[in-house]
Amino acid sequence: MTAIADSASGEPRARGSFYFRYMVEPYLYLSPAIILIALVMLVPLAIGISYAFQSVNLLRPFQSGWVGLENFQTLWNDRKFWLALTNTFWWTLGSITFQFFLGLGLALLLNTQFYGKRLVQALVFLPWAVPTFLSALTWAWLFNPTIGPLPHWLAALGILSEPFNILGDPNLAMWGPITANVWFGIPFFAITLLAALQSIPGELYEAAEIDGASSWQMFTKITLPFLAPMIAITVMLRTIWIANFADLIFVMTGGGPANSTQILSTYIFTTAFRKLDFGYASAIAVALLGLLLIYAVILLVLRRKLVKI
Amino acid sequence: MRTLRQSSPVAVTGKYLALGFYVLFALFPLYWLAKIAITPDKLIFTEGTALVPSRFTFENFRTVLLQTDFLAYFRNSLVVSIGTAAITTCIAAAAGYAFSRFDFRGKRLVIAVMLITQMFPLLMIIAPIYKIVAALGLLNSLTSLIIVYTAFNIPFATFLMQSFFDGIPKDLEEAGMIDGCTRFEALRKIILPLTLPGLGATLGFIFTAAWSELLFALMLINSNETMTFPVGLLTFVSKFSVDWGQMMAAGVLALIPSCLFFIFIQRYLVQGLTSGAVKG
Amino acid sequence: MARIELHNIAKAYGSVEVMRDINLTIEDGEFIVLVGPSGCGKSTLLRMIAGLEPITDGDFRIDGARMNEIPPRDRDMAMVFQSYALYPHMDVSRNMGFSLEIRKAQKEERGRKVAEAAQTLGLASLTERLPRALSGGQRQRVAMGRAIVRDPSAFLFDEPLSNLDAALRVEMRLEIARLHQRLNATMIYVTHDQVEALTLADRIVVLNAGDIQQVGTPLDLYERPSNKFVAQFIGSPTMNILGVVQSEGGVKLKDGTVLNVGSETGQRQAHELGVRPEHLDVVAEEAAHMRGVAELVEHLGSDTNIHAKIPGVGPVLVRQHGHFPMKTGDAVNIAVDLEKAHLFGPDGVRLAA
Repeated sequence: MTAIADSASGEPRARGSFYFRYMVEPYLYLSPAIILIALVMLVPLAIGISYAFQSVNLLRPFQSGWVGLENFQTLWNDRKFWLALTNTFWWTLGSITFQFFLGLGLALLLNTQFYGKRLVQALVFLPWAVPTFLSALTWAWLFNPTIGPLPHWLAALGILSEPFNILGDPNLAMWGPITANVWFGIPFFAITLLAALQSIPGELYEAAEIDGASSWQMFTKITLPFLAPMIAITVMLRTIWIANFADLIFVMTGGGPANSTQILSTYIFTTAFRKLDFGYASAIAVALLGLLLIYAVILLVLRRKLVKI
Repeated sequence: MRTLRQSSPVAVTGKYLALGFYVLFALFPLYWLAKIAITPDKLIFTEGTALVPSRFTFENFRTVLLQTDFLAYFRNSLVVSIGTAAITTCIAAAAGYAFSRFDFRGKRLVIAVMLITQMFPLLMIIAPIYKIVAALGLLNSLTSLIIVYTAFNIPFATFLMQSFFDGIPKDLEEAGMIDGCTRFEALRKIILPLTLPGLGATLGFIFTAAWSELLFALMLINSNETMTFPVGLLTFVSKFSVDWGQMMAAGVLALIPSCLFFIFIQRYLVQGLTSGAVKG
Repeated sequence: MARIELHNIAKAYGSVEVMRDINLTIEDGEFIVLVGPSGCGKSTLLRMIAGLEPITDGDFRIDGARMNEIPPRDRDMAMVFQSYALYPHMDVSRNMGFSLEIRKAQKEERGRKVAEAAQTLGLASLTERLPRALSGGQRQRVAMGRAIVRDPSAFLFDEPLSNLDAALRVEMRLEIARLHQRLNATMIYVTHDQVEALTLADRIVVLNAGDIQQVGTPLDLYERPSNKFVAQFIGSPTMNILGVVQSEGGVKLKDGTVLNVGSETGQRQAHELGVRPEHLDVVAEEAAHMRGVAELVEHLGSDTNIHAKIPGVGPVLVRQHGHFPMKTGDAVNIAVDLEKAHLFGPDGVRLAA
């Protein structure tokens, strides 16, 4: 055996193998992931932030260079930016509220026993698998009075005076993408909450029942407290995700009509994609990032204050 | 709550009504997509909003497949999605294994960075990515899309794979190492065969995500030959916005691969998340 | 065959030292049991011997060669895990033959050895089953088979019986004892169950909080525990410990009774008296050292356990052979077998009595 060594020289060797096992080996497995993330996400992120302080417009290649805070000054006086910010708020709030409550309802239903459960579960989760661009197109078509039934039904119910496309009405247009987003997002909430529900030990309900609790009491005293941590983290992550989520709006309305559905993320994309004004797009993105950071910090502080675990 | 408590008939009816509502809400838009796709062109304007078409045809599918570029878009999307899913799963499996089995300096930092990449607006980096890809001369290439999508999906896939590895007892690979395996042999002969379902689920998730991606593809691809399906469909929509039947037929075709994968992974969804939740 | 030596072995996680200065020599062919309460470090020690856990400091030798840095696969040891750790995707025979497969043994040789082991363990009819189709006892046998097939220089057992029910546990215990007799290989066995330790071991190592308390044969530990921890850990029911003070002609119980033990304790002051329940006897009142009331009497058939309360002394457990006619509330008079009582100093160390 070649590894036989006296204890004097054995000590550093032990160190060596120790360090290999606990310091180097994990990074062998991690390095492809770390390298790709660094090159494709972190480096561009740094560049993107630096763009916010430059003039980078592919249509005006000769005017590039550092401009300091000029992009942000423009932003401050940009009516479209403030409109997009307001729209982002309503878009996020509307989507998350409906997604959450409908998702919770679905999770509670799926946590009971009924005939054909596996099939029902597969069917109601299906929208989650539909590519977003396709969800957007499908719902845009459903709202089109020529080929879609929705305007006619809404008119028949008296909600619309006549069957017209709400995506063309600045006052109503936001409801189109929100509906599509709710349709697309319910399964996500249902899946996460169902998983959390299933992890609640059944004995707790049996004990509560023996103690004489009603169904409603079991829900408020056992189910909700157990779900609360999961709800908090899911809602927070999902809020950030929805605020960033541009695909549906971009495909359904392109931010129109009259910017009534323009949210910050679509504004970033159209500025970069259509105007090729990378500097300004990055400035909006940095502003959005800042707002999301503030939101996350507030939530984390609240969580620390409220949850005493 | 599966107890002896007798539910009132009203509650039972209400439950089934609610379930019915969810199922209808989930399926109706897809039904409509398929319905318009098989309605003959002539009938679209006369009975476009009827629930069931009086006659149906597969003419739209034939036109889409044979007379447009959709087959090429479809092929491009398949290449990108399969490439992304395969590469991401390999890289994420390695990273997830490291997270699951090692305690090492910097672990928390790496995890934190991965979480942060899931939080910031990806659109922030669309401009830099465009410039980098353009500088490398990789615009309009599927390779650039695969690389970009792979990086985007690695963090999520890593956490997913980690939860699958966490579900496999450490004893097993220790037994393997005592039986004469190196750590890598134990990984290959014992752990990987047991993670196959997890690998499959991860493949499915990433495939679906890559298949759906629109905005980066729109930015990085503008030649017709390398368009992915979402880009092609959107271009088609803005060019021929009255060919309803054909557009929807294309939409139905785009749905097929995602749905296949969804059916494949759906039984792991709740189960996988549950095992993770029980631990957390 | 292997002689295993541990010299000043230490284990730390980061800056937390959980074990230090462990010294132990295990002779070739010896059956050693590591025993102690949970968290005492017995499994960690076994895993360091196996190579699954790095040794922080010290010297670990097999047959004289330092093995600290040798990976588990080159230490030629087989291990039976508490969870059995059977490979779920391999059938019984492939599970048992996996180590030979890894070492690229000839197919015929592998088949022969697996069949042999399966025969010995009564698994011959199950070789094509997957682990999930086996009962707990069968899985345990497969795990043992996997170890036997390798013909290793030492066997390591990590609480192998703790997932079995009581009857199976006794059966498998005998099986392991027979295995040791037949193979005569070095075996290191970790358990928290003192019955397993006493019945299987050539020598027992009692561990507590990362320290070796005592090493000795089962009888040694029972008759000459080196301290109060070992005294209370070995033997069932647990040894009675009574507070005493040194006095003229022996030690004095708290109620003032003087017992004539410990005349040779030297300079050291006895602090506590330890006496096993089986070394107490119910006697006539005039011959008694302690007088009290039976608070609870347990009739076990083979034995009768009397939980007595002695005014001024405290609770005392007495064990009588066979059925003893006594019921709760009866007066009880107890004599101490002074030959078999132990004295412990203030630090818990046993004083030579």
